[in-house]
Amino acid sequence: METSTLILVLAALAFAAFFLGRERSLALAGGSGRELHSLPGYYGYFTAIWCLLPALVVVAAWLWLEPRIIVALIVKGLPDAERSMSTGELTLLVNNIQNLAAGDAVSGEVDATLKAASERFLEYRGRSRVLLSVIALGLAMGAGSLALSRVRPGLRARNRVEQVARAFLVGASSIAVFTTIGIVFSVLFEAIRFFQQVPLTEFLFGLNWSPQTAIRADQIGSSGSFGIVPLLTGTLMITLIAMFVAVPVGLMSAIYLAEYSPARTRAFVKPTLEILAGIPTVVYGFFAALIVAPWVRRAGEAMGFEVASESALAAGLVMGIMIIPLVSSLSDDAINAVPSSMRDAALGLGATRSETMTGVILPAALPGIVGGILLAVSRAIGETMIVVMAAGLAANLTANPFEAVTTVTVQIVTLLVGDQEFDSAKTLAAFALGLVLFLITMFFNVVGLNIVRKYREQYE
Amino acid sequence: MSSTGANPVRSRVQAGLSRRYRREFLFRAGGIVATLIGLGFLVLFFGTLIMRGASAFTQTQVLLDVDLDPGVLGVGAPVDVGLGDFDAVVSRALRDRFGELSTREERRQLSRLLSIDAAFRIRDAVRAEPGLVGQRVSVWVPASANIDMYVKGQVDASIDESLRPVSDMQIRWVEMLRDDGALKRRFNTDLFANGDSREPELAGIRGALVGSFFMLIVTLVLAFPLGVATAVYLEEFAPKNRWADLVEVNINNLAAVPSIVFGLLGLSLFIDWLSMPRSAPLVGGLVLTLLTLPVIIISARAAIKAVPPSIREGAAALGASRIQVVGHHVLPLALPGILTGTIIGMSRALGETAPLLMIGMVAFIVDVPGSLSDPATALPVQIYLWADSPERAFAEKTAAAILVLLGFLLLMNLAAVVIRKRMETRL
Repeated sequence: METSTLILVLAALAFAAFFLGRERSLALAGGSGRELHSLPGYYGYFTAIWCLLPALVVVAAWLWLEPRIIVALIVKGLPDAERSMSTGELTLLVNNIQNLAAGDAVSGEVDATLKAASERFLEYRGRSRVLLSVIALGLAMGAGSLALSRVRPGLRARNRVEQVARAFLVGASSIAVFTTIGIVFSVLFEAIRFFQQVPLTEFLFGLNWSPQTAIRADQIGSSGSFGIVPLLTGTLMITLIAMFVAVPVGLMSAIYLAEYSPARTRAFVKPTLEILAGIPTVVYGFFAALIVAPWVRRAGEAMGFEVASESALAAGLVMGIMIIPLVSSLSDDAINAVPSSMRDAALGLGATRSETMTGVILPAALPGIVGGILLAVSRAIGETMIVVMAAGLAANLTANPFEAVTTVTVQIVTLLVGDQEFDSAKTLAAFALGLVLFLITMFFNVVGLNIVRKYREQYE
Repeated sequence: MSSTGANPVRSRVQAGLSRRYRREFLFRAGGIVATLIGLGFLVLFFGTLIMRGASAFTQTQVLLDVDLDPGVLGVGAPVDVGLGDFDAVVSRALRDRFGELSTREERRQLSRLLSIDAAFRIRDAVRAEPGLVGQRVSVWVPASANIDMYVKGQVDASIDESLRPVSDMQIRWVEMLRDDGALKRRFNTDLFANGDSREPELAGIRGALVGSFFMLIVTLVLAFPLGVATAVYLEEFAPKNRWADLVEVNINNLAAVPSIVFGLLGLSLFIDWLSMPRSAPLVGGLVLTLLTLPVIIISARAAIKAVPPSIREGAAALGASRIQVVGHHVLPLALPGILTGTIIGMSRALGETAPLLMIGMVAFIVDVPGSLSDPATALPVQIYLWADSPERAFAEKTAAAILVLLGFLLLMNLAAVVIRKRMETRL
């Protein structure tokens, strides 16, 4: 039985169990719900949960273990010549066996061993699936009928069902924590493997980034260099350019909308500006690469500069546009959180609105604005698509915004897109970069979020 | 104090007043300019996209008189007509139209007038109606991408012939066709009916749309219940302890973690460790689930918080358990807000590209995916792939695909606004 069919059948069984449980509770209570501890539906849920949950757990565990066990069995059944191969070759062989079994393209010749192994693979899997169906359905019916037999008027069905519901709530909320742990571990684990091949000091302080690894040991230029400094300076430059666009425009528009604009203008302009935040980054990337970059190049050349076609300026400008609404809305929050008594006092002393703004409100709102800007910086550092499409690939150590630079995110994408081996320094380098990116953005996020929160509490 | 004592102060204030008003004016003007810059970007943005992309929604077609001569087709009546040599039929029809050509180069240019799909179109027509064999029929077939570009006015005919993709001779032929009314632009159904293709005139977004749709389904099915459950737990049940704090800090941080990092997680967790298939919408959906969960949780919490405590107390006073209070009263009232947040999370998932690159969804895939584990691509990834293509005709397609993507996002956000409006009237 296919897994999806199996799950549908299990769902149908649980559905039936619900009605059986409910009817039985009513029948035992003599037709009215009066005698029951819980509402009749809870007896139904109780039965259905017992019918479905254990079976689903078994199915999940089975599907997770099945490929591992089958592969182990297949490898054990291979002739001695194949069994003595290196791990890499063996992995390739196993992949080929699975591809052949699935009817996909196979690399290399299909010989008798391969054919026999793939047939054995299909046979094992077929048997395993039959066994799984039998066990899962048996378990569903067994546990379901056991639960059904325990239904009596005195059973605290509601409490049992609510226990399961609460366990689900706790489990769901722990996913956020597990995601963070997963990110840290997956990135850290591979990064440690990378640092076993490339020393940490070279990675952190090296001035060259050219991630080639040798295919043969005696190749010329076989040792790639993995110095992160040019990537960081490139990221820093693009982020700075973006901030030069986003902070003045975002802050000034927030001030205008909060203090000057008529309510109707604000009601129209604010959501319109928010549209900029909803545009996917790949669209900004297209815009940067095909429209802004040529324009920057023409403008720069007209002024007598030499401009690379993938200049940092174009990517930075477009990234700045993307961040405007973020800066604007966080500044708006900060400005609106300043108590109006402070504003009224300054205005009452005869200060003009701009003096009230620059002399009283902005200093009071400064922590909130700074926190918002830090969050915007984190966003700019982690932004990927704009720089992948509009910034360069070569790691230049330069301070000239008309030259092409590359960023941490661009390098992660370049290293990981396409076929790659999981063990080469090249692939592992991407995870080391991911670790650096995660730590840097996390630093900005934690600091920024803390400042914003403290600031909010100060005036509440 | 005498009145003369106030005068110096007054005159000093008055002296500074015009300067202060000027600064006030400049400050205000700065605010207006900044706001206009923001709005200007938006106008520029959509203006450029519509200008560049609108033409991709039409396609140039050529009316071809084909002679379905069994001799040229090379098939007898009983054999499957689909196996016939339809390329020969097309090239003969072209020769009939424009006369015999002397050089090989000219013949090559003539054949490049039409899309390579022309022969397949005729084949499909004949398959549907085998009685056509032996007759002369007129069919509309798509022109090649370069001719399409020329007809749409995107090829400058005044520059040197060697620098443009359309030769003088081809231009003459196209003008002949145009004069005879055998050339038209019509709605580009291929854009919505086809998967990706190396030929720009045939490339479509169907595969990408279906891939995105599958991923969003996975994301919705997982992220909505998990997000709502987390929000309910944090708002209604969580004791004020370390664990609840930890979860809360985590969610706020996760909302700001760069999306590419989620891609790295997906690559090592789902593909390397759990050995799920590369490029599959299932894996993409899982990664997008992790990515959108914080968004949904944060908005769901806000919606649950907005439900007045009196409702909870009322229900509890009538004997409802805490789960019943939540299930029967709090969630139904918070639902519009939760749905709004979910739609916004989904629209973010629809536009997300970077993590999908990490899990191998950038492969060139022609077929429309049929299941969650088939290799697939997504609409934003398709945009990225086309934007990278050197062919000029793909630039137009990219802008068109972007317009389709933005159209979907607009629809989703409109739905969110409508739901929010309805919520305002209810609470």
